[in-house]
Amino acid sequence: MSIEIRNLIHTYMAGGPFERTAIEDVSLTIEDGEFVGLIGHTGSGKSTLIMHLNGLIKPTSGSILVDGLDLMDKKTSLKDVRKKVGLVFQYPEYQLFEETILKDVMFGPKNLGLSDQEAEERARHALRQVGLADESMYEKSPFELSGGQKRRVAIAGVLAMKPTTLILDEPTAGLDPRGREEILSLIKRYHEEEKVTLIMVSHSMTDVSRLCSRILVMDHSRLVMNGTPDEVFMNGDRLMQAGLALPPCAELAERLRGAGFDIPADAYRPGELKQAILRSLGRGKSHA
Amino acid sequence: MLDNITLGQYLPGNSFLHRMDPRAKILLTVVMIVAVFTANTWIGYAGLFLFIGGTALLSRINLKFIIKGVKPIFYIILLTFFINLFFNSGETVLVEWGVVRITKEGLVNATFMALRLLLLVFCTQLLTLTTSPIALTDGLERLLKPLSKIGFPSHELAMMMSIALRFIPTLMEETDKIMKAQMARGADFESGNLINRAKAMLPLLVPLFVSAFRRADELAMAMEARCYRGGDNRTRMKVLKFTKVDAIAAAAVLAMTAFAIIF
Ligand SMILES: Nc1ncnc2c1ncn2[C@@H]1O[C@H](COP(=O)(O)OP(=O)(O)O)[C@@H](O)[C@H]1O
Ligand SMILES: [Mg+2]
Repeated sequence: MSIEIRNLIHTYMAGGPFERTAIEDVSLTIEDGEFVGLIGHTGSGKSTLIMHLNGLIKPTSGSILVDGLDLMDKKTSLKDVRKKVGLVFQYPEYQLFEETILKDVMFGPKNLGLSDQEAEERARHALRQVGLADESMYEKSPFELSGGQKRRVAIAGVLAMKPTTLILDEPTAGLDPRGREEILSLIKRYHEEEKVTLIMVSHSMTDVSRLCSRILVMDHSRLVMNGTPDEVFMNGDRLMQAGLALPPCAELAERLRGAGFDIPADAYRPGELKQAILRSLGRGKSHA
Repeated sequence: MLDNITLGQYLPGNSFLHRMDPRAKILLTVVMIVAVFTANTWIGYAGLFLFIGGTALLSRINLKFIIKGVKPIFYIILLTFFINLFFNSGETVLVEWGVVRITKEGLVNATFMALRLLLLVFCTQLLTLTTSPIALTDGLERLLKPLSKIGFPSHELAMMMSIALRFIPTLMEETDKIMKAQMARGADFESGNLINRAKAMLPLLVPLFVSAFRRADELAMAMEARCYRGGDNRTRMKVLKFTKVDAIAAAAVLAMTAFAIIF
């Protein structure tokens, strides 16, 4: 499912004394099945941008096409759009409200008009997909869970709607390293298994570099970079300007290149970088 | 959708009104309200309108904001107008149609009543739009201070008010966020009959309450960590002081009140 954004502008509280333009002339295309990282400093407009993609907020001007559906068209049913585009908000655990975990996850599917039975099947499946396989906990209150578990339940609530595009807004914010790792690997697995289009918002370059095949960088309401990770990381200065830091491995690679070592541009993940270093030390083959 | 509530909002500035002492502003607003409710002639109301309009211009606040404040209570004003119009036992009948009987006195009374409410909103809008919530509660606390001698919890009340005011925008933001998050899950807050709509509020209200309690807890903890022990012997960073500006304003308001009562 493709997404096309043309000259999007969004101004909050237009005309008032607190007017603020959060998106300034952004155009981009996302192809079917891509895994895209959207990155930028706090307040750069990431959340505002993604809320447009399922019609939660309306552009001040510009156009958005989701799978051929024109979101600006009054005749487009927002329900159809929200069925296709699943949006997991930042700190999604704050939206839990039902008595039991299972019921909470069923909320989305039921809003789509599915029967109780079908909704429950989907909920159980989604809960297994986020790594909550222990069925005995499904009848517990979601408020009894730990932070990381709550977040997984909330993500399952969106997965159960079976969107063909999944958007996650800072899914690892506020988690400890282990919780982070779990969430990232479940996102990766989900993308591989379900072949959905995936957009992950983050301000961690490291997370994005590990998973995404393309990176969008936002700075002060504008889209300033759009390319593969190595294209983006080659431009470390611009990233610094945008208030972001290179992932440690990319930074090390750059410093090694500066010191005259032959490190290829695509060596920005720990594994590739290790190989590249070993190779340039002349020990590559035997240890590979 | 929550953007258009201006009641209680503060617009920073540096006008005559902004520079006044909050105590003076509160007291003079009360005096103005008394004037608004005692005025009983067209001349009186014309004077009040001119006076309040002039003050609004002096405040250099966009008039749109002051007028927008009427929106939330527009129907109350309308209802008051019609109740006064229909249930009035005047002499000069203008229209008589079945049980409906509109008299000249009724019409005048109803109009005055609507004008009073309108002017009441304008006065309070001018107060809250030009006074920061902190200054407002500070002023209120100082004004109520004498009452603490007889056991009235003036400091506690002011603290509660300032905390409540401080959290209104936060809660509105939170409401907006949770609403959007549930809408992304297919929730529908807008259609259906009354019962369905009330039920649809549950996914919004439960998370909202949970987070409000969490916030309250965190705030209490943070206040205790900084040794908050109530108002006794607390000094203030900004000491309130009456100035010439307040004297001029007081003179103007008192003159206006006299005018409204005499005519
Ligand atoms: N509901 C809103 N009303 C007014 N301004 C907003 C609102 N939401 C976000 N903003 C402003 O828009 C800008 C972009 O915010 P956001 O999209 O949340 O950025 P990010 O997700 O990249 O941190 C920020 O300056 C923020 O203050
Ligand atoms: Mg954000």
